[in-house]
Amino acid sequence: MKEIVVLSGKGGTGKTSIVACFASLAKSKVLADCDVDAADLHILLKPNVEEKKEFWSGRAALIDEEKCTECGLCQELCRFGAISDLRVDPVSCEGCGFCYQVCPVDAITMKDSMSGHSFVSETKYGHLCHARLGIAQENSGKLVALVRQNAKLIADRENLDYIITDGPPGIGCPVISSLSGANLALLVTEPTLSGIHDLERVIGVCRHFGLPVLVCVNKYDLNEDNAHAIESYCGREGIEVAARIPFDNVMTEAIVQGLPVVEYADGKVGQQIRELWQIVSAKLEK
Amino acid sequence: MISVASGKGGTGKTLVATSLALSLSANQKVQLLDCDVEEPNANILLRVAIKHRQPVYIPTPSVDETKCNYCGKCAEVCAYNAVAVIKEKVLVFTELCHGCGACSYLCPESAITEEGKEVGVVERGDSENLELTQGKLNVGEAMAPPVIRDVKKHIDHGSVVIIDVPPGTSCPVVEAIKGSDFCLLVTEPTPFGLNDLSLAVEVVRELDMPCGVIINRAGVGNDEVGQYCHRQGIPILLTIPLDRNIAMLYSRGIPLVEGVPRWRQEFLRLFENIKRMVASSRSAK
Repeated sequence: MKEIVVLSGKGGTGKTSIVACFASLAKSKVLADCDVDAADLHILLKPNVEEKKEFWSGRAALIDEEKCTECGLCQELCRFGAISDLRVDPVSCEGCGFCYQVCPVDAITMKDSMSGHSFVSETKYGHLCHARLGIAQENSGKLVALVRQNAKLIADRENLDYIITDGPPGIGCPVISSLSGANLALLVTEPTLSGIHDLERVIGVCRHFGLPVLVCVNKYDLNEDNAHAIESYCGREGIEVAARIPFDNVMTEAIVQGLPVVEYADGKVGQQIRELWQIVSAKLEK
Repeated sequence: MISVASGKGGTGKTLVATSLALSLSANQKVQLLDCDVEEPNANILLRVAIKHRQPVYIPTPSVDETKCNYCGKCAEVCAYNAVAVIKEKVLVFTELCHGCGACSYLCPESAITEEGKEVGVVERGDSENLELTQGKLNVGEAMAPPVIRDVKKHIDHGSVVIIDVPPGTSCPVVEAIKGSDFCLLVTEPTPFGLNDLSLAVEVVRELDMPCGVIINRAGVGNDEVGQYCHRQGIPILLTIPLDRNIAMLYSRGIPLVEGVPRWRQEFLRLFENIKRMVASSRSAK
């Protein structure tokens, strides 16, 4: 079993559209949507939820006003500015428990909070593991780890060839959690200066964690100079550019129709993505 | 103070934040805070010369093993499993540490001091009326909120402050938006855009602040975003069409209001609308 994670650094470059195509093209696989903040893969894969579990993680402090002597120690020591006027702002509280430990009259308790849900679903393409982080919650990295763990259990149980993971944008906590231990990262970029800048940073993260990478340039012909700059950068860094997808409204139209683009239109875009899956799966076989 | 957020990535937050900042800076002082510290892009468009650089540190524990008696208190109080005591050895996993300070304060032997660990950098520069402060998370680091907090320490209350918010709905987003008077939500008219917009609206409601929507890349897609905004009573303040020329300008790092100057008027009008909405929401409270 091999795991590929699709990342981009910059958001909105086409990760989810490409993962949905892989779902349609790959035979023996389970899908994982690790963008637990703003998951969208389900819109294209139309899952039937088979299992929904509460995700309890993280705690927040609560001050018992009757016991509190207003000494102010908690407020003074809190590094996150979460306590003011002897009230805890649960949004700012990082759940460290420092205040709970030091309160001289034991007026502070730590309350567990339910910070989201994880799902295992059936789709016409196979199982999809996904999640929804509660609004304004922490611990997205832990929820990502849970989604991947669910996918791995299914892949092991059913002896599947691939785990295909739709990653979150950025380079921080949930990204690191979604790539550690994967076999390959596919980095989807676009020929904009922001796209290039963010690609370089996400390549840095993959290298930091020793993960091999492939690059796919979406909207390739939007700016050919920048597209060439990406090619030569990747050439210098010894990274293969595995697909050049043209700028085409069929990508958006397919999303509106709720279909992977390879099922919606059979043009250049679909062809590039089919070839991309061939290259990705060959690379994973090695 | 106006936050520019979106839920979904790549909808045009940075395009909107920079265009608004540049339009306003013709007549008044503007400060743009790039709080998308994982992938800060505003200065690719603004090209402000960076004059100050300040590393961001989080305090992480350093154990003096000559004082330590391996009682295990530090590991017991750490909520993030960043400290482990195994027989006669204390292991510190700095990448898990949030820098809360509990272990050093509570160590009965006073064997723990704190050392700053660099997790990112805050950079500042200005050009005439426009000041930019941007945060950059170091590659390989997980925690964006401390960098965002340091960026926000530089807020200049004498300026109009515009915040470029990271995508998503979790802690870095809240850290960036918190304290704003208004939140602009940039979306696109697709099912992805709608789904992520509705999540972003929940964040803004949680923070109890007025908001309005900008629809970018209008033309392809459908009208469900419009219907959603209507049902929720959220005004659509600006519509930017799907236009290859606009995408091309962005790809070259040229701000919309410089490439197509007539957009300045649109952004100035947007700002007047926001001011009116902030005033009426204040008087309602």
